[in-house]
Amino acid sequence: MIGTGAAPLADATQIAPVISPFAEATGVFSYLWLLIALPLLGATVLLLGGRRTNRWGPYFAVLMVVAAAVYAVALLVGLLARSADDRAIGQTLFEWVFVGGFTAPVALQLDQLSMVFVLLITIVGSLIHIYSLGYMEHDPDKRKFFGYLNLFVAAMLLLVLADNYLLLYVGWEGVGLASYLLISFWQYKPSAAAAGKKAFVMNRIGDLGLSLAIMLIFVTFGTVVFDEVFAMAGEASESTLTWIGLLLLLAAAGKSAQFPLQAWLLDAMEGPTPVSALIHAATMVTAGVYLIVRSGAIYDGTIFALTAVMVIGVITMFLGAFIGSAKDDIKKSLAGSTMSQIGYMVLAAGLGPVGYVFAIFHLLTHGVFKANLFLGAGSVIHGMNGEQDMRRYGALRKVMVVTWLTFMAAYLAIIGIPPFSGFWSKDDIIHAAFEVNVFVGVCAIIAAGITGFYMTRMVIMTFFGKPRWPDDTHPHESKAVMTVPLIILAIGSMFTGMALLFWGDIIDWLTPVTGLEQSPLPFPTILLEIATLVVVLVGVGIAIGMYRKDVPVEAPQDVNILTKAARNSMYDDAINDVLVVQPTYSVSRALIGVDSRGIDGIVNGLAAFVGGSGERLRRWQTGFARSYALAMVAGAVLVVVVLAVVRLP
Amino acid sequence: MSPESYVILAAVLFTIGTVGVLVRRNAIVVFMSIELMLNAANLAFVAFARMQGNLEGQVIAFFVMVVAAAEVVVGLAIIVAIYRSRRSASIDEPNLLKY
Repeated sequence: MIGTGAAPLADATQIAPVISPFAEATGVFSYLWLLIALPLLGATVLLLGGRRTNRWGPYFAVLMVVAAAVYAVALLVGLLARSADDRAIGQTLFEWVFVGGFTAPVALQLDQLSMVFVLLITIVGSLIHIYSLGYMEHDPDKRKFFGYLNLFVAAMLLLVLADNYLLLYVGWEGVGLASYLLISFWQYKPSAAAAGKKAFVMNRIGDLGLSLAIMLIFVTFGTVVFDEVFAMAGEASESTLTWIGLLLLLAAAGKSAQFPLQAWLLDAMEGPTPVSALIHAATMVTAGVYLIVRSGAIYDGTIFALTAVMVIGVITMFLGAFIGSAKDDIKKSLAGSTMSQIGYMVLAAGLGPVGYVFAIFHLLTHGVFKANLFLGAGSVIHGMNGEQDMRRYGALRKVMVVTWLTFMAAYLAIIGIPPFSGFWSKDDIIHAAFEVNVFVGVCAIIAAGITGFYMTRMVIMTFFGKPRWPDDTHPHESKAVMTVPLIILAIGSMFTGMALLFWGDIIDWLTPVTGLEQSPLPFPTILLEIATLVVVLVGVGIAIGMYRKDVPVEAPQDVNILTKAARNSMYDDAINDVLVVQPTYSVSRALIGVDSRGIDGIVNGLAAFVGGSGERLRRWQTGFARSYALAMVAGAVLVVVVLAVVRLP
Repeated sequence: MSPESYVILAAVLFTIGTVGVLVRRNAIVVFMSIELMLNAANLAFVAFARMQGNLEGQVIAFFVMVVAAAEVVVGLAIIVAIYRSRRSASIDEPNLLKY
């Protein structure tokens, strides 16, 4: 199939001179649009079909995503059959905007970078869809839930398959909408409704950055198509590139919950756990990393913006790690961990061509093991009747064996124990960081140690020690529909890293898109790996030492300042309140004052003046015809007198 | 007689008419005073036409007569209608149309 698909393609390129650097979408690639259309069809049927689809809708949604995943694998096979420098496929669907010299085609682009994202989204998405069949089994709005999930998958695929910034923006907003709908899925809970709103508003700030960046790109280059922009990126002035880079970073920070727009992610855990796994851990929150890596050509010309990306990554890496270390809510702790791991990716992306590949590599392994961790947490929450406080867990390994074992696989992967996935990807990032800046490299190692600490804490509090759950709770293992995806993801957590690195050649695979620069370190690499491992084990050891003893059911209050701050999410809400919310309120109040007193005052004053004048002037209308006649005579006399006076000289 | 005498006569007639309109209460008398003013104006027009030696003034005088005839028709009709409803021709009494 592949051979026949590739052969006519060579002919086609010979006949027509290639305008775009992309190969025509033929053979297995002809139906590229199906990737987006399938989940979109699912969402349309479920959301517009209404209650009629209640019975079979969820299964239909699962089928659509699984079909997309199968097609994605076929596409991968198709790409593998092509030579490494000919793996970018372009497909123009239709003209969307056509104004003067400006055209915005709806065109898809499948290259190595998009391909790995498509695989992550569809395969992890499929597993999470299947898992949700069990997790949301008793929810009355199950159909709506699956409709939203499908909508998310469609929007996310559009985001990564778009071949221009404008279309990417459509997907970007689409995932934002799906995220909002799913965070506040249980909207009857005020906290969930507020969390959805918070996520939406904070994302708008990032979206503003993206729309400004797109405008600036269009003004500078006259086009928004990736390939044309990147080809001309070298010609633009450095200050322009810096501004574009910073605006794109703002967009990435909003979507990927990076400092200073990180506050929404912890509250986003109000959504159902499969949503947290799919959107707020594995896929959507990594869109910012995708945006930065995709725009690598722009960052190449601006060391300032690139450094800003790296700094934001380092800050968030620590911020998330500290929050993850102090939260007692298992999902919030995992959310802190997600922030921290995405901080790793942003850090790697901020290293430039040295780190792009490793950012994506870590993104892939993280997508798998973090989905695994979240689904494991969901399984625990499901078995504990919705309890999320880890202080009320304990000893669950005896009653939830499959969940425990799969969680342990992801645990070993995230803290980076060789040979599990996290080890390979995180080690590469640390290695790349040392190539650029020793300080950043040390930061990355320390953060790896904190990762070891908080993950060990989570595992001990949840699965080890004595049971601390209330008497009326009867924890039980989840059904096969939930445990089978967990087992598949656990296998993925263990072997994705190795498979991608050695069998899939992820580095060589991505290099044509992202570029790669490597420089030798002044010391043997093995030292770095040992140092990282030692720091991680120290973190693990500290956690074992602290939580081996009994964990109090109520959180102790006599804790140090750092723990207190981390429990309050580093006071992000308070800081936002002081820096943004209150000033905005003040400005609004001042504007209301100007409006009600100034603007309204002028308008109302004018009306009152006219009304009052009328009130007085109408007294002249006495109804006496003779007084009117007198007024007329007086007027006529006046006119005559004036005329006489004027004409006299 | 010099044309100036006609102009002076017209001014005198006009003044009488004006005073009549202002001081009399009976609608019929007020109406006649108005006619007096109109005809004073006509007289002035004709006198000026003579002084200027052209016909424009006379032509306008004819126009004024036509308009005055039309005005008499409407005005008398109103006065009769008011008289029928109020049994009075006083111009001060109908004062409903006011503030």
